[in-house]
Amino acid sequence: MAQIVSLAEAVRCAVRDGDTVAMEGFTHLIPFAAGHEVIRQGRRELTLVRMTPDLIYDQLIGAGCARKLVFSWGGNPGVGSLHRFRDAVEHGWPRPLEIEEHSHAGMANRYVAGASGLPFAVLRGYAGTGLVGQTSTISQITCPFTGEQLTAVAAVNPDVAIIHAQRADRNGNVQLWGITGVQKEAVLSAKRSVVTVEEIVGSLDARPGAVVLPSWTVSYVAHAPNGAHPSYAQDYTVRDNDYYVAWDAIARDRERFGEWLAENVLAAAGSPA
Amino acid sequence: MTVDPQYNTEYTTENTSPGYTADEMMTVAAARALADGMTCFVGIGLPSAAANLARATHAPRLVLIYESGTIGAKPDRLPLSIGDGILAQTADAVISVPEIFNYWLQPGRIDVGFLGAAQIDKFGNINTTIVGGDYAHPKVRLPGAGGAPEIAASCAHVIVIVRHSRRTLVDRVDFITSVGYGQGPGDRERLGLRGRGPQQLITDLGVLTPDPRTSEFTVSAIFPGISEDTIRERTGWDVRIAATPRVLPPPSDAELKALRGFRGAGPCQA
Repeated sequence: MAQIVSLAEAVRCAVRDGDTVAMEGFTHLIPFAAGHEVIRQGRRELTLVRMTPDLIYDQLIGAGCARKLVFSWGGNPGVGSLHRFRDAVEHGWPRPLEIEEHSHAGMANRYVAGASGLPFAVLRGYAGTGLVGQTSTISQITCPFTGEQLTAVAAVNPDVAIIHAQRADRNGNVQLWGITGVQKEAVLSAKRSVVTVEEIVGSLDARPGAVVLPSWTVSYVAHAPNGAHPSYAQDYTVRDNDYYVAWDAIARDRERFGEWLAENVLAAAGSPA
Repeated sequence: MTVDPQYNTEYTTENTSPGYTADEMMTVAAARALADGMTCFVGIGLPSAAANLARATHAPRLVLIYESGTIGAKPDRLPLSIGDGILAQTADAVISVPEIFNYWLQPGRIDVGFLGAAQIDKFGNINTTIVGGDYAHPKVRLPGAGGAPEIAASCAHVIVIVRHSRRTLVDRVDFITSVGYGQGPGDRERLGLRGRGPQQLITDLGVLTPDPRTSEFTVSAIFPGISEDTIRERTGWDVRIAATPRVLPPPSDAELKALRGFRGAGPCQA
């Protein structure tokens, strides 16, 4: 059964230094409030897993929380670079960042394998690309039935998955809809999970196409309205595209990023420090 | 000026003083490459602008598929990201990310993959990973692969759209993120890639297509007012130009109106 707790408590209970943490949400439902809480609690040496690091991991990387990044597309969508990510890879600032890089198809399948309790997944992918030689988590495999050469990718099993959803009920059952990305797979592949929600309701209405995570698959639920901002929660909030555009100049400069972090994350109201 | 018979003659053939930008011509040419009723896996940026322009003009039944899991998206403005709310709200179906790659892209259900690139070489191999240095110590770290390697592998064919410069059109890419024709003929088959590979490279100067014999990209069409010398100067390999390259008609009023309408309505990608 999921426990319904404050965001600060959920993060304190679920995330430890050195953990492998997957904060998922494919453009939609990115758990920014939880990410900022991880920064405020000063977690270090994290292996951060996410298909699209997006601004959330640019912020965690810039804040020095990450030792390693596992990802498949590290840009600011429609805008350009993630400058904190680039600064870490290109210049080792604020600390060197190890990377484990995949394609989207590969990362999605790694979560599927993790959620399925399998050590790897099979796909047609990566053949002929330079990605193959850069990580031991991509390998060639022969189909036992046809002899065809295919690609295997190692499962991802994070210590913690963190996602944002539209709703939970008072028993901790979680419901999300719209673009649902790999959130179900991320939660089911992880040892522990935190779900922040826009709203906690008495009971969940059936909604066609929605993903429901029964309470017994989730560790902690925390009420965090607008907790996906500047990403969005369909039918609750809209994507703050201006914020994504403005982020480019903030993240480009170490000092300006530091000021942004101090004002907007570390000093934010309700910070447990 | 010759008019390409494959295109509708409703496009004006008058070469008026530009009245449009090189980027607009590029986006229009890319949009024209998409036929009505096709299914198209759309990358963000220039591909998204072109695919949406096609749907707003000659291809109203073009099926736009974004890697966020939105199939048949019908946005009325250009999305900034592949996961903007407008895509999910207007889609025929919204599915998970594992499903879009495994059930829809991988089996070869999608006609066209539409990609951008930071670098592309004469064999159509795409780099979006690093420029300069080596993988562990890159001079410039780019965003990486995203959906592109499997889009380039599995769509029936691929269209790439980039601005034409020596930095972008290079003899050899610094890193192969997505495979075009590898090192030449036969490589796609040898690698087990089932799509036909990049069939068109559309730039702001013209259109390059692979030579059927060598797989090397050669200039088959040029935009109005662009010289062959300009193309040679801005290409990073000794590019071959067809003996009589087609000159594509400039953007029609309808195309320009639709394209500029997108810009007024939201974020501009092109």
